[in-house]
Amino acid sequence: MAVQEALKIPAQERTTEKEDVVLSVRNLCKSFGKNIVLNDFALTLHAGENIVVLGKSGSGKSVLIKCIIGLLKPEKGEIKVLGKDILELDREELDKVRAKVGFLFQSNALYDSMTVRENLEFPLRRHWIKVSHQKMDELVKEALEDVGLAHTINMMPAELSGGMRKRIALARTLILKPEIILYDEPTTGLDPITGKGIIELMVEIQKKYHSSSIIISHDMNCVKTASDRVIMLIDGRCYAEGTYEELIKMTDPKIKEFFE
Amino acid sequence: MALPVKTAQFLEETGNIARFTGRFFTQWFRPRYEVAEFFRQCYIIGYRSLPLIGLTGFIMGLVLTMQLRPSLVEYGVESQLPAMVAISIVREIGPVITALIFAGKVGSSIGAELGSMKVTEQIDAMEVSGTNPFKYLVVTRVLAATLMLPILIMLSDAISLYGSYLGVNIRGIVSFRLFWTQVFDNLSFSDVLPAFIKSFFFGFAVGIVGTFKGYHSSKGTEGVGRSANSAVVVSSILIFVIDLIAVQITDLFGFN
Repeated sequence: MAVQEALKIPAQERTTEKEDVVLSVRNLCKSFGKNIVLNDFALTLHAGENIVVLGKSGSGKSVLIKCIIGLLKPEKGEIKVLGKDILELDREELDKVRAKVGFLFQSNALYDSMTVRENLEFPLRRHWIKVSHQKMDELVKEALEDVGLAHTINMMPAELSGGMRKRIALARTLILKPEIILYDEPTTGLDPITGKGIIELMVEIQKKYHSSSIIISHDMNCVKTASDRVIMLIDGRCYAEGTYEELIKMTDPKIKEFFE
Repeated sequence: MALPVKTAQFLEETGNIARFTGRFFTQWFRPRYEVAEFFRQCYIIGYRSLPLIGLTGFIMGLVLTMQLRPSLVEYGVESQLPAMVAISIVREIGPVITALIFAGKVGSSIGAELGSMKVTEQIDAMEVSGTNPFKYLVVTRVLAATLMLPILIMLSDAISLYGSYLGVNIRGIVSFRLFWTQVFDNLSFSDVLPAFIKSFFFGFAVGIVGTFKGYHSSKGTEGVGRSANSAVVVSSILIFVIDLIAVQITDLFGFN
């Protein structure tokens, strides 16, 4: 089974495309009624790379990653994830791709009625991965140790603080050892110190698993610490692209207002 | 000519519920089958509703008996009390009152649970975790509600009749055996079957409305509250509408 194999093989050796492009988006258009959110948007993510998509609230950042994971259907465009065109896949094939792509939700989306252990086991069970109870236990413990919260294994999400919930949500994202991780505003709603801890954890995880990631954020600390490349999403398009250092030097007023 | 806003909203909502119901019928028999979740929901929806349904059923039987007694005494047909109570409970009062209580307890909890899952992105999280949330959350709950309500109604009827037995014995002396003999002698197949069949429709209505309201909850905690509330209101109205249709059909077949 593809996912089972994916659990054993290091991420570096798992990239599927020749030119190490793990994700590409072309001509993406998405609108809600008359409100055009994404207009001819394009993006390319390489293996091991961290891209931060920067933009104002309501600029379509979350819509972009929801289109990438197949939660929203764009009107036009092409989204290739690990060589597969997401928009052409049936449900079963889409689930296979989703097993290799982690998604950290802005609101954490932990299942309230389940314990931390059950929350972490859920993606393992649901992606048809036939792992033994012992192996599942090991994977859960490993993911919790990665985020430094091994002691919360039997707790309910309601008993955890905001920062802890974010870490547990990150552990749930990591349990399938995804090749690509999509972060939807990972530091929103957290105090600066906890937010900094989450960003450091994201960088650490990226180094450990050699995953690639798209981080949606408007937190400058996150942009500075976690990004290899920054994409400015303005008016539904990729307005500017470059490293943090390159963008900070730009004189365009629309870009400048983000960094001032 | 444009439709008034309220009428247009009502028609749109009705259309959406019809589409949602259609989606249920196209998905419930297809694999993957969420058997474990279905049994969990049967436990939550059925077993956990039993104390409330039992208590209300008992009070219903007892009160009905005590209220009917003076009228029957006046006409000198006091001995018909067990038969009258049995027919009214089994044919009408038992199914409708139990379904309304079920709508209040189960419909609101399904609406609120799914509504809060929707606004906190838990439904999206299920989707990306290789799960069809419609099957996992909607199909299991609707099936559990459809199958559990008839069982709860049967139990409620039995408990009601026991309450009635106690009610009869407050002012008179009727043996347990005589009471039940009178009940079963006066109940016929045509009393039990239509009531049993319509209880499946009541359960289905509560399940589908609760899940629809929760699944399409708008953003925010206010939306969750509204989902829970409208799940109860709409399913209660539907129970009466279904009851009205069921009475017409049973009348058509000569069961009344």
